[in-house]
Amino acid sequence: MLPVQSIAAKELRSYFVSPVVYVVSGVFLLTFGFLAYLYIVFTGAQAIQLMQMQGGAAQINLNDLVFRNLFASMRFVLLLILPILTMRLFAEERKLRTFEFLMTAPVRIIEIVIGKFLGVYIIYLGMLLLTTLVPIVLSLFSDFDWYPVLSGYLGLALLGALFLAVGVFASALTENQIVAAFTSFGLLLMLWLLAGLGSILGDAASGQFISYLSFMEHYDHLVHGLIDTKDLVYFLTGLTLMLFLSHRVVDSTRWK
Amino acid sequence: MIEVQQITKRYGNLTAIAHVTFRVAKGEILAFLGPNGAGKTTAMRILTCFMPPTEGTASIAGFDCIDQAIEVKRQIGYLPETPPVYQELTVSEYLTFVGRLRGLSGKHLSTKMDRVIERLSLGSVRERLIANLSRGYRQRVGLAQALLHDPPVLILDEPTVGLDPKQIIEIRELIKSLAGSHSVILSTHILPEATAVCQRVVIINGGRIVAEDTPDQLSVRLRRSEKISLLLKTMPPDAMDRLRDVPGVLHVMPGTEPRTLVVESELGRDIRDELARFIVKNEWGLLELKSMSMTLEDVFLRLTQHEDGMPRQEHDPRDVQSDDRTHTALPPGT
Repeated sequence: MLPVQSIAAKELRSYFVSPVVYVVSGVFLLTFGFLAYLYIVFTGAQAIQLMQMQGGAAQINLNDLVFRNLFASMRFVLLLILPILTMRLFAEERKLRTFEFLMTAPVRIIEIVIGKFLGVYIIYLGMLLLTTLVPIVLSLFSDFDWYPVLSGYLGLALLGALFLAVGVFASALTENQIVAAFTSFGLLLMLWLLAGLGSILGDAASGQFISYLSFMEHYDHLVHGLIDTKDLVYFLTGLTLMLFLSHRVVDSTRWK
Repeated sequence: MIEVQQITKRYGNLTAIAHVTFRVAKGEILAFLGPNGAGKTTAMRILTCFMPPTEGTASIAGFDCIDQAIEVKRQIGYLPETPPVYQELTVSEYLTFVGRLRGLSGKHLSTKMDRVIERLSLGSVRERLIANLSRGYRQRVGLAQALLHDPPVLILDEPTVGLDPKQIIEIRELIKSLAGSHSVILSTHILPEATAVCQRVVIINGGRIVAEDTPDQLSVRLRRSEKISLLLKTMPPDAMDRLRDVPGVLHVMPGTEPRTLVVESELGRDIRDELARFIVKNEWGLLELKSMSMTLEDVFLRLTQHEDGMPRQEHDPRDVQSDDRTHTALPPGT
């Protein structure tokens, strides 16, 4: 077993004995299900209206009306929920003094960072997997295009990876879990709001650059079924940068 | 095996340790003795590559603690001040995790685990959550973690803290049994521990090494005065002042029991005869007069206490090595 695997496995184990993962995934699944339900009911109501107006069968696009809205809403849910999942990763080690043990084990710091990230990412992917019940059940009763749904899930997976990496970074900064959660919450909110700043600045190079820094447009492309290398590169560089920064922070705590 | 050269560690303006130099030979057990805050933990953290020194070099088994950190970490087992246990794991899960991080796996790991569990008598709590264990058991799990991979160098920060007296004896025996095959540095502020377990003692105070020798040698070398204890039948209030006038007497202190006094005299000068005559002449009723040998405890207090108003320079340089820092490492067993 590689050190990364051992650390990821240990993190998984720690998550499952603490109530955090159950509460977080419970809230996540409940929100996902509830939002899906709302959008479906709303779509149904619209369909009835359309039928009454046009008379006869109306073409309802479930991809547009249900999934796109659902995926767009999930951004906010992830922003609120994922920092709770990541807050303990390094902060708890430092609080309980197990940090010193990790730092003196013959393991490189980057292996610890990646191991911890993978541990929490596996939990997140598990949560996402459970949400696929919604499209599966829906596909039994209606027709929709699977391709944008899958690319939307790819978007959720990438967005989650970025958020979790920001959370790992925030957790490395402090030994207080609450501070860690709020730091990552704040950082993610900033990343979100950059999109707003970008749109104010408009089409100028600076505006485009600032919009590029935000995850909004990249995620939206994926939700719309558009898989563009540019967006994948954005998420992967963001992930790498955050893990690299976490590495620097963990390393630098030893110098203090 | 362990070489430390002139290491200094500063936290901002605070100097935790300054110009610390020592060596530990293979198979030797060295005690780091000092009051709380003396810099013991800092020195250990530098040796375990947890933090780099501000100045100086440290190496373990020939590997440099800064440049070859991973190699150094492979050579050591480290028990920090607080046992680094994960409360949510069981003892065997925890040790498996530790072993895997140390590159052990499969049958190799399980035999090493069985051995260390037996050595630290953790068999009865093997499948219990660490969160539910007592302080003593957690400390032993922490030790098991350090010993698991049978490292050539062990660095133990106060290994017997939180154990009951029986366990303390067991752990000391265990550490003693490591001599010869392992190099051990252990820190403690408990003196009998240093005397019982270690072949060599480094006394550290205020971030500096103030003495380094075998426990026996230290008390001999640092004895700068003879102490005599007295038991009197009647003790006038001015007895202490009047005794100070006896030629050769340096200090007079009240003893631990009522009507006892401790008289300190210059080294090598026997004043028992004069003292006895003085007391008899004053008719205080001399019941007991005996000379006291200096324990390591006295040495320790003398070296580390600032409150007694004696600046360290006052010590005879022949006795204390604070002026002369060229320590010669004694061979093991002395």
